[in-house]
Amino acid sequence: MFEELWAILASTIRVTTPLLFAALGGLYSERSGVVNIALEGKMLVGAFAAAAVALATHSPWLGAAAGAGAGALAGVAYALFVIRWRADQIVAGTAINFLAIGLPPFLCKVLYDSTGGTPSLALSDRFTFEPVALVALALLLTWFWMRRSRSGLWVQFAGEHPQALDAAGVGVNRTRWMAVLMGGVLAGVGGATLSISLSSSFTREMSAGRGFMALAALILGKWRPLPTAAACVLFGLADAMQIRLQGVKLGGGAPIPTQFIQILPYVVTILVLAGVVGQSRAPKALGLSFRKA
Amino acid sequence: MPRTETSASGAEAPAVELVGLSKTFGSVRANDAVSFRVERGSIHGVIGENGAGKSTAMKMLYGIYTPDAGKILVEGKVRRWRSPQDAIAAGIGMVHQHFMLAGPHSALDNILLGAETSRRAWSWLPPPLRPIDRSAARAKLQALAERYSLPVDWDTPVERLPVGIQQRIEILKLLYRDARILILDEPTAVLTPQETQDLFANLRRLRGEGKTVLIITHKLKEVMAVTDRVTVFRGGKVTGGVETEATSPQELADLMVGRAVHLQVKVPPQPEPGQAALRLRDLKLTGREGGVERLKGVSLEVRSGEVVGIAGVEGNGQSELLESILRPAELLSGRVEVLGQDVTDLPTAEIKAMGVGWVPEDRHRDGLLLNRPVRENFLLGLQSSAAFSRSGLVQWGEVDAAVKRALEEYDVRPRDPDVNAGGLSGGNQQKLIIAREFERKPRLLVAAQPTRGVDVGAIEFIHDRILKARTEGAGVLLVSSELDEVLALSDRILVLYEGRIVAEFTRAQADEKRIGAAMGGSA
Amino acid sequence: MSWGRAMDRWMPVLRALLSVIAGFAAGLAVTWVAGESPWNVFMILIRSAFGSWYDLGMTLFYTTPLLLTGLSVAICFQAGLFNIGAEGQLTLGALAAAVTGVVLAGLPWPLAPVAAAAAAFGTGAFWGWIAGWLRARRGSHEVITTIMLNFVAAGLSSYVALYLFPNPDSQNPETRPVAKSFLIQHLSVFGDAPVSTALILAVAMCVAYGFLMRRTVLGFELRSVGQSERAARVAGIDPGKIQILAMVLAGGLAGLVGVGEVLGNAEKFKLGFSPQYGFVGIAVALLGRGNPVGVAAAALLFGALHKGTGDLDFETENVTRDLSMILQALVILSVSADGLWDWVKRRV
Repeated sequence: MFEELWAILASTIRVTTPLLFAALGGLYSERSGVVNIALEGKMLVGAFAAAAVALATHSPWLGAAAGAGAGALAGVAYALFVIRWRADQIVAGTAINFLAIGLPPFLCKVLYDSTGGTPSLALSDRFTFEPVALVALALLLTWFWMRRSRSGLWVQFAGEHPQALDAAGVGVNRTRWMAVLMGGVLAGVGGATLSISLSSSFTREMSAGRGFMALAALILGKWRPLPTAAACVLFGLADAMQIRLQGVKLGGGAPIPTQFIQILPYVVTILVLAGVVGQSRAPKALGLSFRKA
Repeated sequence: MPRTETSASGAEAPAVELVGLSKTFGSVRANDAVSFRVERGSIHGVIGENGAGKSTAMKMLYGIYTPDAGKILVEGKVRRWRSPQDAIAAGIGMVHQHFMLAGPHSALDNILLGAETSRRAWSWLPPPLRPIDRSAARAKLQALAERYSLPVDWDTPVERLPVGIQQRIEILKLLYRDARILILDEPTAVLTPQETQDLFANLRRLRGEGKTVLIITHKLKEVMAVTDRVTVFRGGKVTGGVETEATSPQELADLMVGRAVHLQVKVPPQPEPGQAALRLRDLKLTGREGGVERLKGVSLEVRSGEVVGIAGVEGNGQSELLESILRPAELLSGRVEVLGQDVTDLPTAEIKAMGVGWVPEDRHRDGLLLNRPVRENFLLGLQSSAAFSRSGLVQWGEVDAAVKRALEEYDVRPRDPDVNAGGLSGGNQQKLIIAREFERKPRLLVAAQPTRGVDVGAIEFIHDRILKARTEGAGVLLVSSELDEVLALSDRILVLYEGRIVAEFTRAQADEKRIGAAMGGSA
Repeated sequence: MSWGRAMDRWMPVLRALLSVIAGFAAGLAVTWVAGESPWNVFMILIRSAFGSWYDLGMTLFYTTPLLLTGLSVAICFQAGLFNIGAEGQLTLGALAAAVTGVVLAGLPWPLAPVAAAAAAFGTGAFWGWIAGWLRARRGSHEVITTIMLNFVAAGLSSYVALYLFPNPDSQNPETRPVAKSFLIQHLSVFGDAPVSTALILAVAMCVAYGFLMRRTVLGFELRSVGQSERAARVAGIDPGKIQILAMVLAGGLAGLVGVGEVLGNAEKFKLGFSPQYGFVGIAVALLGRGNPVGVAAAALLFGALHKGTGDLDFETENVTRDLSMILQALVILSVSADGLWDWVKRRV
């Protein structure tokens, strides 16, 4: 019994880690007023870059750094379109996701002559507990940064009342650029966690919707760091339970339908959005591009 | 008398001196050689009607616009701003009509935004990452608040504070940045009379401490109450500068409106008023935000063949009154009757189909599809009428014929049904709306701010049309913040004040002074 | 017609074409990095998309669902909504078609596919209705709710397919096959390609969409709400009702994807059958700019792209079908950025 619980707890922590990275990444960008449905894509490129670099250098740290860099690069592309060129944030986000689905397998073919994945990493080239420590650190720093720092306040105003921030002499679009880049870095590291910690290689579309689940956690957590983390843990628990229960037969010999656990996070998020359970208010200027008067 | 010479520098120089400022937008000369000076330690009124150019001048002073010609002197020095930040650095601050406050954040954070300080201990961090020293900010603010008697609860989210306090926060924002010259844009538009009194007391205290205050407004009563000097704008020019003590509201009004443009409406004899076209009974409505009661039991009647004008300062329930005629279902209580029928439970479409013409108060927001052609804008609201639709299909041929005729009849230019509504001038947009709403042959016409932002020629045309509707037997409800317009057109005038009808006048009794008094709440 | 007016009319078309060309150019440049000749890759794309009747048939087979999802997204754009939920709607539509074909196996031929199509439309419409209702009556943003509903649809369809109607003869995650009376005709000109009468259905929907938007009062109201919710409300249109209706129609259109897939191709519901048809529909609608002909052309383009890139795996050394996603992404990006166009215009 105790062992079972321990296993579920360990599994929860493992699956929560990439989710929380991505959700924190989303937090930076969305609090600054930039919708981030491209989280999924940023995770994917992060996962690929991390696996590729860890493979080449035998260092998971360099791999993670590469994941961060790739996420940031995706952030640059996204910011260029939605901030600089005022593209619709949903449309551009969808495009970035497409790009991130297509590009890594394409490169895998070129680099490794494989169909969409990287070769396996040796155990010594992979992370074990390090991402957990990293994400805990990222959470604490984010929490402190948002409450206390100058740029933390700027980012919140960029998403809530960009005109006020502009009037106070702080560049709105510059603030948003930084937030989107930071979001890319964190989502990229989240992706790295998938490929060099949770599994031993990059595989096609391995993020499997975690970017969107992170978005759901962000909404459930009312765009605040600690509640968002709690939502991630909740979703992680659901995921761990679901993995655990897969193939387990009930008394009658029928397997347990784990789909219902799978969809739980999304159903809960819809209920919250509908105001059935609690209320979650998005930053006021979320999704609106900013132009000086 | 505007003064144009450059003044002496040093301590005696005026706080602000504008010399020959001009600014043109497209073909509109918004400011034409504007010159005036503002003495230090005074409260200076800047008045004029909408579009007279007062806001443009203030925006140049604050660095939002760059002048095409002319000079700005602040405390004796010629200044050129690249952005408001330069103006702020030179000690100028502005409270915008729409507050620059983020609702969920505390007063403290709203004030210190952009001017955060940090403790020495954090100086090793890059500036944006340094923690904010909120306690130092709080101490500085507390001192300011005490000095100017502007107490504020620093930690409550500003969205939970009353509007008067929010304005106080905006003023503190300027003081926190050591502003010496404060510009307030229409500061009383959203205030209750008590809050207005408090504001004036605060402004006098600021003056006492040596600050200079500029108030942009069009309310003469307030100008008389609080200012030392007044500069009057009309048509992009300064038409006068006077000592408040030496002037009267009458003189200011003359300077503001100019006789030539003054309303000369030939009112045809009123037909015998008939049945009630609109009857409102004890309407009560609570605002969406804050739960404040916006209508506190409004009852009125508009009979066919008469124009009933609603006078009042904006924000006294006019918008809510109009809303509740279109969507009575959202009323807290009360009853709406149109042409003798209780419509309280009917949807908007059915109410309008009874023969209600509607000229919305904000035509861009509520009246037009700006990115669609004139043709579609003409059809908007008529799409289900028997004339233009059959079995769910739009009869575009008939629409086109009607549009062609209407553009001619209502003199909408260009006469092109394919051009987007957003491309028309304000006057032509309004004429398009009038054309559309008259297409129904309305028996009740509701016209809200019908001539706002409309050129002189179109104003006359629109007034004639409104009176023509009356002659043809329609009941007309006119809501306007232009008292002149209400006076010129209305057979009866009702004054709306704080969600109540506080006074009623017939055309014969109507007198600007008494109505003005009622609008100010002292009926 | 004046020169300016002609420019206004053709500018969107020109922009769409330039976007496609720019997107393709950038995407093909990527193949150069992979050591292939971009021209060669381009020719392979053209050949394998249009080279034979069979190839053209396959292209049209992929065009069918994209036309439907493109219309689904387009109708929402018209009403000012963003339907990211076509993927979920089409999943449940296909599932409903398959379940109908299993449960009502006794239905005779012409009736059977009609019943399945109705079930597909209805189920997709219901899924769209949820998002529409949440938006209109609870104020929940449809972008987020439709994303969430996509995942719920995936989970639900997996449960229904694997637990309620699993295929006893297969290890694959799919439902039992539908009865033979449910299958629809393939268009024989195209040889073995599974392009079926569903294509005709999709084209009919495209025509119906054009008719709705141009001729009907409902289409006018829908567009008015999309242009200005407030002006529409003052004009007596209930924006909430229109928004719900738009989402219902959008869901139904996406649901019809199930007709071609289940009754015209797989003969059953296969989990994960859709290669992101719902999301590609966004690109189709954007490129088509709400115009029925434009949407059809865009659907054909992306259908051809899907088919064409499929052959890259065998025909080139290093370039894989993944190029499809890359090209689509780049086309969407170049279509989407207004500011980019302003910037280009200023330079030219």
